[in-house]
Amino acid sequence: MRRENGKDLEVLTFGLEGEVFAVEAESVREILDLVSVTDVPNSRPFVSGLINVRGKIVPLADLHIRFGMAPFNQSVDTRVVVIEVPLAGEPTTVGIIADKVFEVTNLIDASIEEAPDIGLKWRREFISGIGKRAEDFVIVLDMERIFAMGDTETVAQAEAAAKNHS
Amino acid sequence: MNSPDPGEIFRTEAQELLEQLEQALLDLETAPEDGELISSAFRALHTLKGSGAMFGFDAAARFAHGLENAFDLVRKGKVAASGALIGVALSAKDHLRLLIERPEEASSDESARILANLAKTIGAAGTAETAAATDEGADGATQGETSSATYRIQIRFPEDVMDNGTNPLLLIGELQDLGTCTVSPLTERVPPLDDIKPSACYVGWDVVLTTEKPRSAIEEVFIFVLDDMDLRVEKVEETSKRLGEILVERGDTPPDAVLTALSNQQRLGEILVKDGAASKERVASALAEQRHLTAAAAQAPQKAQPLQDSIKVPAERLDNLMDRVGELVIAQARLREIATASQDLALKVVAEEIERLASELRDNTMGIRMVPIGSLFGRFRRLVRDLSRELGKKVQLFTSGEETELDKTMIERLNDPMIHLIRNCIDHGLERPDVRTQAGKLQEGRVELSAVHSGAQVIISIKDDGKGLDRTRIRARAEEMGYLAPGAKVTDNELFQVIFQPGFSTSREVTNVSGRGVGMDVVKRTIEGLRGAIEINSTEGHGTEITLKLPLTLAIIDGLLVRVGLGRYVIPLSMVEECVELTPEQNLRAKNRNFLSIRGELVPFLRLRDMFNVTADAEPFPKVVIVSAGDLRVGLLVDQVIGDHQTVIKTLTKLHADVETFSGATILGDGSVALILDIDHLIDFGRAQEERLKAS
Repeated sequence: MRRENGKDLEVLTFGLEGEVFAVEAESVREILDLVSVTDVPNSRPFVSGLINVRGKIVPLADLHIRFGMAPFNQSVDTRVVVIEVPLAGEPTTVGIIADKVFEVTNLIDASIEEAPDIGLKWRREFISGIGKRAEDFVIVLDMERIFAMGDTETVAQAEAAAKNHS
Repeated sequence: MNSPDPGEIFRTEAQELLEQLEQALLDLETAPEDGELISSAFRALHTLKGSGAMFGFDAAARFAHGLENAFDLVRKGKVAASGALIGVALSAKDHLRLLIERPEEASSDESARILANLAKTIGAAGTAETAAATDEGADGATQGETSSATYRIQIRFPEDVMDNGTNPLLLIGELQDLGTCTVSPLTERVPPLDDIKPSACYVGWDVVLTTEKPRSAIEEVFIFVLDDMDLRVEKVEETSKRLGEILVERGDTPPDAVLTALSNQQRLGEILVKDGAASKERVASALAEQRHLTAAAAQAPQKAQPLQDSIKVPAERLDNLMDRVGELVIAQARLREIATASQDLALKVVAEEIERLASELRDNTMGIRMVPIGSLFGRFRRLVRDLSRELGKKVQLFTSGEETELDKTMIERLNDPMIHLIRNCIDHGLERPDVRTQAGKLQEGRVELSAVHSGAQVIISIKDDGKGLDRTRIRARAEEMGYLAPGAKVTDNELFQVIFQPGFSTSREVTNVSGRGVGMDVVKRTIEGLRGAIEINSTEGHGTEITLKLPLTLAIIDGLLVRVGLGRYVIPLSMVEECVELTPEQNLRAKNRNFLSIRGELVPFLRLRDMFNVTADAEPFPKVVIVSAGDLRVGLLVDQVIGDHQTVIKTLTKLHADVETFSGATILGDGSVALILDIDHLIDFGRAQEERLKAS
């Protein structure tokens, strides 16, 4: 993703199975410890839980499943990052599980590059850009697409579905 | 909190007044003579004019003024409320709405055109007066603002008054038409029988009149006999007076006679009569005046009361209040949990008290949000009227159960689906008048709207006496579109549900009212979005009835909390019939046939553990919760019944839109989340799952 205004991107970085991912800090509402999760039977495995975020019932998403990793295992470092994403035009609060939350940091605009065609084991549509932080890569996620798309459908299908919806 | 925009206040008020006006106009169509309706229309216009001018909606105020003048003529009986006049008035009302809501779009030419049209309808007599009244301008506004006053009218006719054809009783009757009237006849001048001339009038009258009309209106009544008669009209204070004061004021008794009498302990009136200071009749008349004044004085504050009885609150504040109450209920559930676990008696007492208060507060708050459904039904009268003209069909709308109350949000959201269903009724359901005559029906088609409470549900039905649904055609079309396997056996209800498929239409002609196959699926989605259900009944040739079943409120329900594996779920209590235990033997026997015998009746049950893929250990003594869904009674096999739970409903996000078995979720006392079961969908899901098992 090329950022048109040339400003640095403020992100929250977190870990999933040793990889460093990032979401735009702007969309982050809060970070919570993981407490009781309610299973939603027969829902998609990727969003199979509900949590109580101060009186609001919020779906809990496990990005591990989205990225083909094994489902999360709770540890002392496990956190829930509560973010707000537009879903079919409606801002929706969603919790995502992070194995570990690192920090809020600035990614220098010039260092963010588009995801390459090869060399990634994840679906490219989910990634809005790859930034550099010290010697490491940070994968900036496109949360809207991650939540908008079904488990198997392509970007084109999802966008068509979104259009039909509005 | 910022103060609301005054223009917005007026618009809100105007909306109600315009609705009142429309209702009155529509009612006048069937009862053109009803003075109460005419007054209601007139009052609405009058207020619109007054407040419009006050809030700077000058164009609207001027237009309302013209309309008001027209209605003043109707009110005075100079012009009849003809169908043509009401037609023009309705279009004028629509224009007035435009003037108020989107003044920039309204053209002044249109205003002039409608007013000219109105004048034409009223006729030449009316035109002059309408024009004259328009010139009066602001003067007209103040004139209308009369408040009521009480007059004492003493009427003494000459004996020969009837010789000229005057009938005193008719005149008294006219006075009675002006307002609340107490009439006391005075017969003291009536001579002994032998001396009576049959054509002479010996009787005088004392009248006490409370009226909104000016004094001149009273004198106008007697205008033709005024010169020959003795008429005294005095304004009196509307306070309770003593009899003596009244008699003296009226000049019937000298003040000192009253004082003398008062020094006695007997009843004043009796004494005065005995002393000859006043005739018995005059005392009776004065007593009558006293009663009238007391009544008038008592009435005055009562009239003012309704204004203070209700206040307007923005719906948003009510929503906020409901949210807070919802949170309170959740916090209270936590308190109850803590109190139950504790040994502290004082804590238990307080917890119980708070539970009671929270539950009352919840009911009251929900009560505030309840609105009678009549306000919704009222909106459709115009729709039916316009549609019947447009489609050339005669339609009569009947409504019942208008007083049935429903959550305000629900009423708002029902508007569009109801419009759609009524349109379908009139467009597809009802036949043309000639076809109806051939079928031996009344030319005029019937559309009935009714609402009734049934437990925690409201049942709304839309019924017509038209041709009914054509099963063969629906079936053919459904098979053609692949919704139904050819030749498959289906119940009527299942067949009719096909109508709700997107794009389904059997109509050969597409009118601009309906027939495009757009909409019924939207209707169904909206109703289901309100956690309601929709059913169709139809008899060919006799009509169709569409029934909407809706929950009373969207916010909080009483639920039964159950446990399945590790998860806890809420079953809406209104659907629960009873709970029974499934013994291990029964459980074992029921391995291949999930039936229970409840008092001889066969009840199928669903194993929620299987449906929810629960792996945790099962209880040795599971319970079956029997729920009723429509005509069906179904058992739900759960691990444990925990108890009743005041359930604050929170909707699920779109991420869980694919999981239909849950209608929402709620927060429990310990802060965890429990899902609310959607019984209808749960049964469907269970059925589908069984089908899959059978197939494999």
